[in-house]
Amino acid sequence: MTATAGRGDLEDERVRDLSPAGTPASALLEVADLRVGFGPHRAQRPVVKGVSFSVRAGECLAIVGESGSGKSVTARTLLGLTGGLSRVEAGRLEFNGTSLLGLSGRQWRKFRGSQIGFILQDALVSLDRLRLVGQEIAEPLRLHRWGTRAARQRKVIELLTQVGVPEPEVRARQRPSQLSGGLRQRALIASAIALNPALIVADEPTTALDVTVQAQILGLLEQTKAQGKALILISHDLAVVARLADQVAVMQDGVFVEQGPAHQVLTRPQAAYTRALLDAVPSAHARGTRLSGGRTAPREAGHPAADIATQAQRPALTDVARIPAGAAGTPVIRAERLVKRYLGPDGRTRTVVDDVSFELRAGETLGVVGESGSGKTTTARIVLALTAPEEGQVLLDGQPWTSVPEKQRRERRRRITTIYQDPLSSFDPRWSVGHIIADSIQPAEYPSREARQQRVSELLAMVGLSEEYRDRRPLQLSGGQRQRVAIARALGPGPSVIVCDEPVSALDVSIQAQVLDLLSDLQSELAVSYLFISHDLGVVHHMSDRVVVMKDGRIVETGTADEVFGQPSEPYTRQLIDALPSLDVA
Amino acid sequence: MSSPPDGTALSPDRTALSPDRTALSAPASSAVAGAPRARRTLRLRWRQQRGWLVWLKRLIGAIGVLWAAATLTFIVQQLMPGSPALTILSGGATKPTQAQIMAVDQTYGFNKPVIIQYLTFIGHLAQGNLGTSYLQHQAVSTIIAQQTWPTLELTIVSLVLSWIIAVVFTITTAKRGRPVSAIGSGIEIVAAGLPQYWLGIILLVAFAIELKWFPVEGGGGLSSLVLPSLTMAIPLAGFIGQVTRDEFAKVLDQPFITSARARGMGDTEVRLRHALRHAVLPGITLSGWALGSLFSSAVVVEAVFAREGLGQVLTNAVAGQDMPVVVGVTLLVALVYVVANLLVDAAYVLVDPEIRLA
Amino acid sequence: MTTIINQALDQASRPTGDGGRRGFRPGVTLSVLLIAFLVVAAIDPRLLTSQSPYAVNLAESFKSPALGHIFGTDQSGRDVYTRIIYGTRQSLLIGIGATAIAMGLAIFLGLLAGLSGRFVDGLVNRFLEVLFAFPGLLLALLFVAAFGLGASTEIIAVGIGSAPGYARMVRGQILAVKGSPYVEAARALGHPPNRIVRQHIFPNAMRPLVAMAAMGIGQSIVWASALSFLGLGVPPPAPEWGAMLDAGRNFVTQAWWLEVFPGLAIVTCALSVTTIGRYLRRRFEGETG
Repeated sequence: MTATAGRGDLEDERVRDLSPAGTPASALLEVADLRVGFGPHRAQRPVVKGVSFSVRAGECLAIVGESGSGKSVTARTLLGLTGGLSRVEAGRLEFNGTSLLGLSGRQWRKFRGSQIGFILQDALVSLDRLRLVGQEIAEPLRLHRWGTRAARQRKVIELLTQVGVPEPEVRARQRPSQLSGGLRQRALIASAIALNPALIVADEPTTALDVTVQAQILGLLEQTKAQGKALILISHDLAVVARLADQVAVMQDGVFVEQGPAHQVLTRPQAAYTRALLDAVPSAHARGTRLSGGRTAPREAGHPAADIATQAQRPALTDVARIPAGAAGTPVIRAERLVKRYLGPDGRTRTVVDDVSFELRAGETLGVVGESGSGKTTTARIVLALTAPEEGQVLLDGQPWTSVPEKQRRERRRRITTIYQDPLSSFDPRWSVGHIIADSIQPAEYPSREARQQRVSELLAMVGLSEEYRDRRPLQLSGGQRQRVAIARALGPGPSVIVCDEPVSALDVSIQAQVLDLLSDLQSELAVSYLFISHDLGVVHHMSDRVVVMKDGRIVETGTADEVFGQPSEPYTRQLIDALPSLDVA
Repeated sequence: MSSPPDGTALSPDRTALSPDRTALSAPASSAVAGAPRARRTLRLRWRQQRGWLVWLKRLIGAIGVLWAAATLTFIVQQLMPGSPALTILSGGATKPTQAQIMAVDQTYGFNKPVIIQYLTFIGHLAQGNLGTSYLQHQAVSTIIAQQTWPTLELTIVSLVLSWIIAVVFTITTAKRGRPVSAIGSGIEIVAAGLPQYWLGIILLVAFAIELKWFPVEGGGGLSSLVLPSLTMAIPLAGFIGQVTRDEFAKVLDQPFITSARARGMGDTEVRLRHALRHAVLPGITLSGWALGSLFSSAVVVEAVFAREGLGQVLTNAVAGQDMPVVVGVTLLVALVYVVANLLVDAAYVLVDPEIRLA
Repeated sequence: MTTIINQALDQASRPTGDGGRRGFRPGVTLSVLLIAFLVVAAIDPRLLTSQSPYAVNLAESFKSPALGHIFGTDQSGRDVYTRIIYGTRQSLLIGIGATAIAMGLAIFLGLLAGLSGRFVDGLVNRFLEVLFAFPGLLLALLFVAAFGLGASTEIIAVGIGSAPGYARMVRGQILAVKGSPYVEAARALGHPPNRIVRQHIFPNAMRPLVAMAAMGIGQSIVWASALSFLGLGVPPPAPEWGAMLDAGRNFVTQAWWLEVFPGLAIVTCALSVTTIGRYLRRRFEGETG
C-alpha cells in the first residue's frame, strides 16, 4: 500500500506511462479477451465481445460507454455477479495472480467484499432500506468473520468517519432513507471498503447525485485511490471520468473502440466514436454549435451506435440563428412573485416556491437550473397552470393565466405545451405514435381528417421521424425516439412556449445531443420560446440565452447565460459551477 | 373460501419520508443533511406525537366501521320479507293466532317505529347484548360464546400453518430457474383455486377414512385439528404464496441484493436475511383480510368435518332465518376483521417503518 | 382513513406490469377446450348424454364407474355423469349471473368513487370498507338469511358478496389512471374533463376488468356450490354440483365417486376460467407495459 501521494506525483506517473493498457508484471488485475454472453445455450447473445485491460494498484481505469455498451456487465464479471444465464470466457482473468475463471460460488465469495469491492449507483436502492445503515456496513465484516460484534461496531463508526459522515454514531443507527443522498452514497462506499479490498469497482457511483454532492463523492474516491487501491470506474459521463482516471477505455457495442491514458483519450481521441462522444457533451464550449451530426432519428430502435455521426469534424451551426433575445414586445411569460407551499408528511409546511419572478421573451430560451428540491419542477407546473400558486400569478402573453378559472384557460392552452423527462409515462399506453400526435392537433385549424393526417406527417418530419413511425407504439421506440414523439406532440397545437422539464436527463449523451440540436433547430425555424429546466449546468449553459438559478425555492441569481456561468456573483452559483466536473484533464 | 381481489404482487406506498424526486437527483438534502442536533430531537418528538394521533384516528375509524356494519345488518333485517314474529312462533304445534303474534311483537318491540328499534339495537350492541334467538329462545351472546373458541382455534392455527407452508415453499422455489419456478407457481395457483369443502372431503376420505391417521369426526384434541386446518390452510397458502413469490422474484432483482452478494453473501443467506423481509410485506397486509376470509371458510369446513363451532351455528341460523343469530355472528366476524386490521397495521409498521399510514 | 390492508388491496388493483411472464400456455388451450365443452353442456345437455338426470333406478344404485356409467351412479341409481352435465347450466348461469351483478355494482361504485370529488370518494370508500368487514361468504349468507333460498337469491347473494372486492379494484384503477402522467398531459393540452374520461380514464381503467370478470366467474361458481353444499342453495333434486357434493357426503366411504367427480367438475371449471382470465390479464398488461 503506497503512502498517500500528492496529485502532482500521480500526474507525473500518468504522463510518463503512455503505453496502452498493457501487461506490466505488477498489475493487480489482468483481463485478456473477455467475452460474456447471455441466454440459453442455443440462443447466446454476446454482450462483451473481447476486451482486454489491466489495472495496477493506485491506478484508476475508467470504462466509458453509453447504455447497451456492455460496461456494466464487464464490471460485474469482475465479481462473478453476471447471473445464472451468463457465460463468461476469457483468455485471461487474473486478480493478484489468481485466475477468476470458472470459480464456484463459494470460491467467489472469498474475493467479494474482502479483496474486490463493489459500489453501485444510487444508494437509495443499493442499500437494504429495511435495515440500519450500520448493519449494512458491518455486513462484509461479519461475512468474512472479522472481529467480534463489538469490534465490528467500532469499525463501522471508524469507517463512517473515514468516508466523511458526520455524527457517525447517530447515522449508523438510522435507515438509508433517513440520510441524504450524499451521506447515503458515502455509507455505501464505506461498506465497500470495509475490509480494505485492493480493487474497487464502481458502477456509476455518482449518477443519481446532485452536482455538488457528486463533487464530494468524487473527492472521496480520489482519496481512496490515493490510499493505494486500484479503482475501476464505470461511467457514461466523460467529465466525471476525467477527474479520476489514469487510463480510459471507451466501450461501444461490447468492444473497446479506444483505450489509453486518460490525457490522450480525452484530448486527442483517435476513434470516431470517442470524438463524437466528446463533441456531444453540451457545455460552454459547445454553445452555439451543433452537438451531433444529423437531424433524422436512426432507423434501428434503441441502438445508440447508429446515432453517432462519424464525421471527422464537428460541423459549425450556422443555421441556428436565433431571434435576438430580448426582442421588443410583451414577454410571452411573466411570472410574478410566485409562492407555493406544501404540507409535508411530517405535518410541517414547506415553502417549495418562494417569491419567484421571471420573464420569458419571444424566441428565447430561459434556463432554470437548480439541484433537487430547488422548486424548479413545481415552478414549471405553476407556469403550466397544472397547480395553482398560493400567491402571485403568471401572465401568458400579457393576460392573466393562473388567476383565471380553468374554463377560460382551456382555450389558451394551445399556446403553451410541455415535454417531460419520461415521455413514455406521458403517453396513453394504448395509443400509437400517430394517434398521440393527432390528439394534440387543434380541430379548429385542421377540420378534416385528411388535413389532420397531413399535419401529423408534417410534425413527424419536423422532428426527424419517418412515416413508418406513425403506427408504432411508444413501447417499441428508444428513449430518443420517444422524446421526439413528445416534441412532435408539443408542437401540434402551434405553441409559442414549450416548457421543457428535464427533457434530456434520462438520455445517453449522444442521443441527448441529437435532441438538443433538434430543439435548437426548431427554435430557429419556428421562433418558439423555451422554458428549459434542468439540473445539468452544461446542458443549460448550452441551450439558454438567459438563466435563472434556483435554490430552496428562491431565485438566487439571474442573468444571461454567459454572465451567470462566466462571472457568477452569488456564492451558491459559484459553488455549483466549481463542483461541475470538467473535461479539462491537464 | 373467497379469494380477494386478485393475486397480484403488492408493494406498499413508500412515499412517506422521501420528498418528491425530480430528475435523477437524490431527494432534497437540505432537510436532513447536517441538521443540527436540536432540530433533530424536535423532529423525533413530533413524529412520536403524530404517531399517537394516527392510532387514535385509526381506533375511531374502526369503531365507525363497526357501527356502520351494525347499521347495515339492521337495514337488511328491516328489508326482510315476512314477519319475524312468525319465525319465532314457528316452533309451536299449531298455527299461531293473531293475538300470539301481537304479543310477540309487543315483547320484541317489532311494532315500535323503526328509529326506536334502531336505537335500541345499537344501544344493546354497545352493551354487548346481541338479542335473543328467534328459534332457540336463548340470548344470542350465550349461543355464540359457547361456540366461538373452536372456530377461533381453527382459524388461527390455519393462518399460522398457511404462512409456514407459503414461506417455505416460496423461499425454496422462487427464482430458481424456469422449470422449478413455473411448477412452483403452478402448484400455488391450483392450490389457491381449490374449494375448501372439496379439499376437505378428499383429505377426509384419504387420511381419516382410508388411512385412519386422524379421527373422522371433530372433537377436541390436537389430532382432530390437523385435517380441518390443513383444508383451510392449503388454499390460503396458495394465495399468500403467489403474492409472496411475485414479490420475492421482484426483490431478488433489486440492486441492494447485488450489493449484499458483492459483499460475499451466499445465495441462501441473501434469500433469508434480505429478500424475505421485503417479500413478506404484501403477505402481511393480506393476513388481516385473510383472517376474515378464513372465517367464512371455517363455516364450510366445520360442516365437512362435523366440527363444533360458529359455522354450524351460522348455517342453521341462515336456514331457519334466525336473524339475531345471523347478525350476531356476522358482527362478531366484523369485529374480528377490524381488530385484525389494526393488528396488521401495527405489525407492518414494525417491519417497515417507512410505510405511510394515511 | 385507509388502513394498510385497504391500501394494499388498492394497490393490488393496479397492473403489475408483469407482462413478460410466460409459461402455462398449454394450460390456456386446455382451458378453452374445457370451457367450450361445458358451454355445450349448458346449452344442450342432451348432446353429451342420453340418460336423464332424474331417472331413479334403485336397482342401479351405487354402481362404481364403468362403461355404462363412466362416473358411477348415486344413491338413487342416477347416473353421476349425466347429473354433472345437467348441472352445468345451473352452475354456469349462477357463475355468470353473479359475476355480472358483481361487476355491475363494482363499476357503478368504482366510477362513482373514482370520478367524483373527494367527499363522495371518501363516502364510497368508507362504504366499501364496511362491506369488507363482512368477509365474502358471510355477506352472501346474510342475504340468504334475509331473503330465503332459491336460485335467484343465490345469484344475487353471491354477486353482492363479491362486489366489494371488484369495486375496490375498479376504484383503484380509476384513481391510478386519474393520477397518471398521461392524463395530466391531456389536461395540459387543454382537453376538457369529459373528453379525458372518455378517451383515457374509462378505457384504461376498464381494461383489466375483462380478465377480472373471467377470474370472477370461477370464484362465483365455487361460492355458489359452497352455498348449495351447506344446503342453502338450490333445493333438491336439482342436479347442482354443490348439492351433489352435499348429498354424497354421507355415502363417501362406500361410493367415493359421488364426491370426487362433482368436485372435479367444480375445480376444473373454476380453474379453466381462472386460467383464461390470467392469460387475458397478462396479455392486456403486456400492452399497457
